[in-house]
Amino acid sequence: MPRAEASQALKDLVDYISVQMDEALVSVEWAGNEAVLRARPQSVLKVLRFLRDDSQCLFKNMVDLCGADYPEREQRLEVVYNLLSVSHNLRMRVKVSTDEETPVPSSSGLFASAEWNEREAWDMYGIFFSDHPDLRRILTDYGFEGHPMRKDFPLTGHVEVRYDDELKRVVYEPVKLTQDFRSFDFLSPWEGAQAVLPGDDKATEGEDAGAE
Amino acid sequence: MAEVQIKPLTLNFGPQHPAAHGVLRLVLEMDGEIVERADPHIGLLHRGTEKLIEYKTYLQAVPYFDRLDYVAPMSQEHAYALAVEKLLGLEVPKRGQYIRVLYAELSRILNHILNITTFALDVGAMTPLLWGFEEREHLMEFYERACGARLHAAYFRPGGVHQDLPAGLLDDISRWAEQFPAVVDDMEALLTNNRIFKQRTVDIGVVTAEEAYNLGFTGPCVRASGQAWDLRKSQPYDVYDEMDFDIPVGKTGDCYARYLVRMEEIRQSLRIVKQCIANMPDGPVKTTDRKIAPPPRGEMKKSMEALIHHFKLYTEGYHVPAGETYTAVEAPKGEFGVYLVSDGTNKPYRCKIRAPGFAFLSAMDFLSKGHMLADTVAIIGSLDIVFGEIDR
Repeated sequence: MPRAEASQALKDLVDYISVQMDEALVSVEWAGNEAVLRARPQSVLKVLRFLRDDSQCLFKNMVDLCGADYPEREQRLEVVYNLLSVSHNLRMRVKVSTDEETPVPSSSGLFASAEWNEREAWDMYGIFFSDHPDLRRILTDYGFEGHPMRKDFPLTGHVEVRYDDELKRVVYEPVKLTQDFRSFDFLSPWEGAQAVLPGDDKATEGEDAGAE
Repeated sequence: MAEVQIKPLTLNFGPQHPAAHGVLRLVLEMDGEIVERADPHIGLLHRGTEKLIEYKTYLQAVPYFDRLDYVAPMSQEHAYALAVEKLLGLEVPKRGQYIRVLYAELSRILNHILNITTFALDVGAMTPLLWGFEEREHLMEFYERACGARLHAAYFRPGGVHQDLPAGLLDDISRWAEQFPAVVDDMEALLTNNRIFKQRTVDIGVVTAEEAYNLGFTGPCVRASGQAWDLRKSQPYDVYDEMDFDIPVGKTGDCYARYLVRMEEIRQSLRIVKQCIANMPDGPVKTTDRKIAPPPRGEMKKSMEALIHHFKLYTEGYHVPAGETYTAVEAPKGEFGVYLVSDGTNKPYRCKIRAPGFAFLSAMDFLSKGHMLADTVAIIGSLDIVFGEIDR
């Protein structure tokens, strides 16, 4: 049981928070000795404000906010808030699930550091934050299209740039790979249940054809 | 006469400006010489590190961390190595931990020398740069002797460090550590009571402790605001709990305080370096678990099993149990964190890099509002900004 590894102070605090914020939380999980609060999207600001202001929490520093993408889930996108309480020397992680359309309330009113991090999450994952003062792209090029950290965005991207000596400017062109993109699959076919062995597809193709 | 609305002057600062510390493009809205709004445009050095890491094995991801904050490369690897070790549930041998702490502190000195001297250069003092970079050269020689590379070390790896230190290196480091304080004294004599330096930095870019936390500041930038917060003390990793050192704290939270804190941190790092050398234990430098760390070369020539281990490690790599962690270290610039999600395969599912500089730069608007144009240069210098880690 991973919870056993956590410090007593963190366990007590998580119990306290889960009582206080019962309605706002979906679940409390443990990742090793780190606590993860899964919040409902509409009440995430309530949770964050409680974590920031309650005298037993005082998570005043939002060290990190990032997105994550799990395409197999119904709500594929996830916002991860990593909070630090300097007063109690504790860390807390809050997670919110969302999809491509549903906005997440912006926490930049509570934590100034969230502003840029939310811009980054928008840029990289296309997570939309409502009420954000300035939700522009941040890391990608001016005029970039797509959200590059999503799992269905190719590693090589869609466009490449070069300086054209005749046009005297930088031109954008579709990516041309001189060699096919190589992605080695090291999942053992004996260990991974989901692995499809080469040639298996032929067997099912035959079945489909037979059924028709 | 109709009232005329005067449009503020928009000034484009960078991306190719020597005081922009890399490729910062700062769009400033000016009222005369007063900055009304600063809008940093970043991403000119964006290389998609996090995306690339998702396509590499855990070991292949290590060199990407050198290329983040290329001023103190090993500190970044440290955070990543600790994160992977945490997911693997791995214990690093004592000597490996000591070597890591030793090199993390050398990296801190490396970083602070660069920051202080280039900061001084930005506000008009050239000599510290010339003196400081000579010492950086010595430190990078120590890097080179340990791992073969001056900058992109790839030395700290999950499980320990790549190789043991060569014979005589510790003696040379300790000899260097004896003469180095004199250089720090010299640099300090040039800057600390320098009237021009103080005119440019005192009361510039003041940030209180409360504001600093709200802005996501960590490291020397909160310590300069009077907060004795240091992950090496409060959440010690490796053997920092065995080290005896002090946390310097600034009082005013301005650019000058940030300089003073870094200056004292150099001296404290030197104390840790000396303790590491004095107490360096013998033994292995990386875990003896052959499924994680490769066997020694000699063994591979004789043992078939060792050869298989080596082959598997450098092709497939190791599989990390499913889980997630946010692991942070006190990098020279502040809290450098790695949020690592593993799905049980040999590649990280998600690796978010939390760079301290990102939070510092996002505060540029807050810090430079109402200051003169020349002060933004001092503020950028005092925040210790390196674009490798901000743009990732």
